[in-house]
Amino acid sequence: MSEPILVLDDVTRIHGSGENAVAALKGVSLTLHSGEFVAVMGPSGSGKSTLLNLAGGLDRATSGAVTVEGAALQTLSRAALAQVRRRHVGYVFQDLNLIPSLTAAENAALPLELDGRSPRAARAEAMASLEALDMHRLADRFPDDMSGGQQQRVAIARALVGGRRLLLADEPTGALDSETGDAVLRLLRQRCDEGTAVLLVTHEARHSGWADRVVFLRDGRVSDTAVYTLDPVAKP
Amino acid sequence: MSSLGLTRTTYSVYISGMSIRHGILALLSEGPAHGYQLKADFEQRTGGTWPLNIGQVYTTLQRLERDGLVHRPHGVEHQPSDRVVYAISETGRAVCREWFSTPVRRTQAPRDELAIKLALAVGAPGVDIAALVQGQRSEAVRTLQELTRLKIAASDTQDLAWLLVLDALVFQSEAEVRWLDHCESRLVRAAAARDHAVRDHADRPKTQTTSDETQVGAR
Repeated sequence: MSEPILVLDDVTRIHGSGENAVAALKGVSLTLHSGEFVAVMGPSGSGKSTLLNLAGGLDRATSGAVTVEGAALQTLSRAALAQVRRRHVGYVFQDLNLIPSLTAAENAALPLELDGRSPRAARAEAMASLEALDMHRLADRFPDDMSGGQQQRVAIARALVGGRRLLLADEPTGALDSETGDAVLRLLRQRCDEGTAVLLVTHEARHSGWADRVVFLRDGRVSDTAVYTLDPVAKP
Repeated sequence: MSSLGLTRTTYSVYISGMSIRHGILALLSEGPAHGYQLKADFEQRTGGTWPLNIGQVYTTLQRLERDGLVHRPHGVEHQPSDRVVYAISETGRAVCREWFSTPVRRTQAPRDELAIKLALAVGAPGVDIAALVQGQRSEAVRTLQELTRLKIAASDTQDLAWLLVLDALVFQSEAEVRWLDHCESRLVRAAAARDHAVRDHADRPKTQTTSDETQVGAR
């Protein structure tokens, strides 16, 4: 099997110290390869968002190791960590997080421009990413002129722009009705089938149906992992 | 056909009605009882949601006896005749354990069986309810994955009716997972409260009465 895209090895995250120390995550291990879709479920406060933040380098583990595309995040300087985030990690959040004063294409190109790519090259990559999500025709629209589902498609295009292979999604359908939410999950599944590794945090059990593996967290620990190997779905 | 056995033509085929054999065996695993006690216990434990016919209880007991799963213990007075006491056999215990350890498959039984199983698991000796809940949740998630794959394979236009049925099954499974999450939280809270009560008892001065200690010890 190919090198994993994301590895969490015995990761613990403790907030505060002494008597006020609170362990948000305790000894969690998790590996994602290309084309794998893992859903993380659990009650409020179980550590789901902490796990996602650690996986994306937005937070640092108190102990244990997080590796993204071969880079051990705990060994990196602040600048190097930011570069790994820009180049390798895509995020999709519940509250879309598109910049309202930028068009769909400008939003999707932004991570590449921040990484020093020329505007022309960044736009070309952004258009390719939008096209993969069937959003290239709305490339010059502003977020306010799009539906919630269309905005979330742009957010996914931005998350995966420039060949990033790790997508971290935190309740990405929370702001959408169930049918539009289904369409977004269908897109995530498609991106996954084309090689992206998807880590989805969700409290909606039906979304776990799109995943290859479901990890249940309780009090910062993995309480249960459901792994099922199913035959791939026949392409129509 | 998926491994769930769901296809266009068979999705509506559900076997309804839980066998009361397992319910009776579960109650007998807690100790010998006669038919009326079993009927009353079953209805009390399941909140009277599924009333049992006493004739059905005795017919089932006779079949269980014929199959070697229950027996009439020696040295027990079986009078009057409608108060015959039954006890579970080792084979019966094995069947009962297998029932508790096997997830209910929604294609084979309605969810009611799961609620009954959980109700009877509370207090049944040697049953790990947390493991039962987790096993069932894994089964429900597996069902969700199967159903989602059937949705992916279906056509939005040609398979609309089938998709609506699949959605119904998806939402039913989701409700089951949410309910199991809720059960898990409730069990964790109940266990914490029990531990707290035991610690409180241990901290009490030794002048407490023996009967109090016996009650806590029995829990």
